[in-house]
Amino acid sequence: MCRTRSGLTGLEPDEKIKTLKGVDRREFMGFCATIAATLGLSPAFVPRIAEAVEGAAKKPSVIWLHFQECTGDSEAFLCSSYPSVEELVLNILSVDYQETIMAASGTQAEDALKKAMADNKGKYLVIVEGAIPMGTPPGPGGKPGAFCTIGGKTAYDLAKEVTAGAAAVICVGTCASFGGVQAQRPNPTGAVGVGDALGIPTINIPGCPHNAINSVATIVNYLLLGSLPKTDRHGRPLFAFAKRIHDHCPRRAHFDAGQYVERFGDDGAKKNWCLYKMGCKGPQTYHNCSLVEYNDGTSWPIKGGHGCVGCSEPDFWDTMQPFYERLPNIHVPGVEATADKVGFTLVGAAAAGAAVHAAYTFANRHKIGETDKKEGE
Amino acid sequence: MGERTVIDPITRIEGHLRIEIEVEGGKVKDAWSSGTMWRGFEVFLKGRDPRDAWYITQRVCGVCTTVHAITSVRAVENALNITIPENARIIRNLILGTQMIHDHPVHFYHLHALDWVDVVSALRADPKKTSELAQSTNPNSPKSGPGDFKNTQDKLKKFVDGGQLGPFTNGYWGHPAMKLPPEANLMAVSHYLDALKLQNKARQMHAIFGAKNPHIQTMTVGGVTCVADLNPDRIGQFLYLLKEVKDFIDNVYIPDVLAVAPFYLDWAGIGGGLKNYLAYGDYPMKTGGPETQWFPRGHVSERDISKALPTDVGKITEDVTHSWYKYAKNGPLHPSVGETDPWFTGIETAKADGKYSWLKTPRYDGKAMEVGPLARMLVNFSAGHKPTVDNVSAVLKKLGVPASALFSTLGRTAARAIETKVICDEMEKWVMELVGNVKRGDLETCADYEHPTSAKGYGTVEAPRGALGHWVEIEGGKIKNYQLVVPTTWNGSPRDQKGQRSAIEEALIGTPVADPKRPLEILRTVHSFDPCLACSVHVIDPVSNEVYETKVA
Repeated sequence: MCRTRSGLTGLEPDEKIKTLKGVDRREFMGFCATIAATLGLSPAFVPRIAEAVEGAAKKPSVIWLHFQECTGDSEAFLCSSYPSVEELVLNILSVDYQETIMAASGTQAEDALKKAMADNKGKYLVIVEGAIPMGTPPGPGGKPGAFCTIGGKTAYDLAKEVTAGAAAVICVGTCASFGGVQAQRPNPTGAVGVGDALGIPTINIPGCPHNAINSVATIVNYLLLGSLPKTDRHGRPLFAFAKRIHDHCPRRAHFDAGQYVERFGDDGAKKNWCLYKMGCKGPQTYHNCSLVEYNDGTSWPIKGGHGCVGCSEPDFWDTMQPFYERLPNIHVPGVEATADKVGFTLVGAAAAGAAVHAAYTFANRHKIGETDKKEGE
Repeated sequence: MGERTVIDPITRIEGHLRIEIEVEGGKVKDAWSSGTMWRGFEVFLKGRDPRDAWYITQRVCGVCTTVHAITSVRAVENALNITIPENARIIRNLILGTQMIHDHPVHFYHLHALDWVDVVSALRADPKKTSELAQSTNPNSPKSGPGDFKNTQDKLKKFVDGGQLGPFTNGYWGHPAMKLPPEANLMAVSHYLDALKLQNKARQMHAIFGAKNPHIQTMTVGGVTCVADLNPDRIGQFLYLLKEVKDFIDNVYIPDVLAVAPFYLDWAGIGGGLKNYLAYGDYPMKTGGPETQWFPRGHVSERDISKALPTDVGKITEDVTHSWYKYAKNGPLHPSVGETDPWFTGIETAKADGKYSWLKTPRYDGKAMEVGPLARMLVNFSAGHKPTVDNVSAVLKKLGVPASALFSTLGRTAARAIETKVICDEMEKWVMELVGNVKRGDLETCADYEHPTSAKGYGTVEAPRGALGHWVEIEGGKIKNYQLVVPTTWNGSPRDQKGQRSAIEEALIGTPVADPKRPLEILRTVHSFDPCLACSVHVIDPVSNEVYETKVA
């Protein structure tokens, strides 16, 4: 995995080999290698990725819509550093409508949207952040969808209008993918994900917020192969959502050895032991956090000593809470299992795999004892 | 009757905001600010585990990420009477400080600058003169040679020649209110791009003790979970990144504000709005109440900055006369006893006598208050907070303006920059406090506590956008009632029952508007508040827990 870490030298490379776009060539090829690895492609693809990113005569038009959201996914997208967000927004893509960063407001913003749709009909990418409320507010002005309006249009109407001429619709974050935070019981606004609201296929890149490395990789997949990545039944790209956190957790050995954090800040926590007993939902969560981490490989929740809460899973707000309690029944199937084969809902599932697994590891623990192991991060 | 203009969507903010103005004789005569999205946080918080509230409420806003998380754990800790370990206190301060030094520069460059900077005009700049300007503004200006600016200009030219302007499409280029010479515009565009890269350094700082950004995941009721990150390697990484961010603030952000301000000094007399300013204060220097905070709690009344008056959270109420809710009891109500039911009346035209926003209207002792960086700097200044007094005085002196210039759109923008520097300068001390504890072998990060049955409490944070408070009521170990009163609710709310405007509406009155069809001047004042609408909109304790029917087309 090509990861970066802030070096402690701060030295600029003395030899800047420029690409056509005035980017440091080494940085750029580093980005291409990262994307290749994220997508699970062989290194032979690196030059082709570079070509895909650099070769477009016309930058693909992107229309980014905000509905019921917290802007966390726009902020997450700004975290992209390979390529830098500047490259993405100014040189690789033509971000023609994005309310968080665009210069224009009001009428001028709406005109920019109309123009992008007309000029790129059938070719533009739509990226959606946020859920669509389908409910009707009570009161004399209540009409379906009025819980969220932009320029006087409901989120639903705007989404329908804009996605009609799109080449593809990519949902970033759990809200756009599955309804997210506002859809948790009792879902007062009737919030749903974009695909459910409109009845259209969408690529879903969940996470709260999503990891920019996954949205960028999806876009590059599209530029490179002219197609969208293969997905699981939740519309999640397999390159990022085929394996469970638990399968690749650096603390997995401690799970197997029955070495658990019992209380935040305890001795086990200092030694990076398994967080399963603190409510970690890694065993039921399909996401590549442990492999790609966040913010240029700086950290991710389990590294920060906190359990995974399953933020990439549909309805995790209801199925994974309380976050600090273990779920009674957890599947811990073999590593080869995929989201498509594992049960449709984890909570209340009859299999007591984890309980069995946990009992087994407790039994083991007596054999192993609490030896102080060297951490393998 | 003047000319009515609606600006919807307001962009370069968080959330969904609609501003309606009435212009007469080239000036704003009246204004209505409407939040146009509702999600219902308090509805789904009810009945959940109070330990999970921080994770849920953090999703109120992904721009001011971290702040709701910390407010929430503070509220629950206050309810349960938990004293957190020193390391947890310091790490939370570092996370909150990092939020400021990330969020404020992003606001200035990426959300606010395009109101003042004409990107297209930068194409006409002379790179050599731009370099002279940058170096005369600050001899330590990085990447400020003629070649550097030529590089930026070439990039920009290629971008414009490509015919796809992306986020710059339909900007207010060539607008008569744009006053910067081409060289200043080129310098600003160059720094706009640098700031895009730099902001990720501050995000990495968050990730070190927060696991990721946006939305940290190391908070927990009782403290923090990142005990394994209390090692020299991680702390060193944090310090090094802090140094990089500090360099940018000292050598780019502050000089840019000082370089741009002289061209817009008329804005030191526009957009003042309310005369009252409220702050809860923050950054506890030891475990305890508000008296231990480095930023004091207080308020300023009638712009009298000779003294800071106390702030008593018991005097806060919320009113829904003009909000899309109805009260069963007679309002306004204190947050701890609030009750609301959404009641939507539609929005075609905002009327002074009707409901026109999903935001409720908070008041302090019956008065409208401004919150945010300007409020904090004024409260700090009044309380004699030395770093604030020194920096505010230096900026006023440099610009040759009196203290009254602070009460304006420009003052708000300058206060945000000053605050960034004040906090950034202090953060190294906090890191060294942490180092001292680790050296002594103190690695305590989380307190033990009994699970609650019934309790009430509240917590506050000074978020980038201003005073933030959460009120929680726990019954049978579950959340019975939860309420957030957030900065943009203070600033962006509709009028109250007496017809008093809130901060943004009041600040817009008298703003000159050269062309109502391209209302750039309105954006300047609205953006000076850095509104965050997702935060502002919520409901408490609905009478019915009805789930509205969902129709899926």
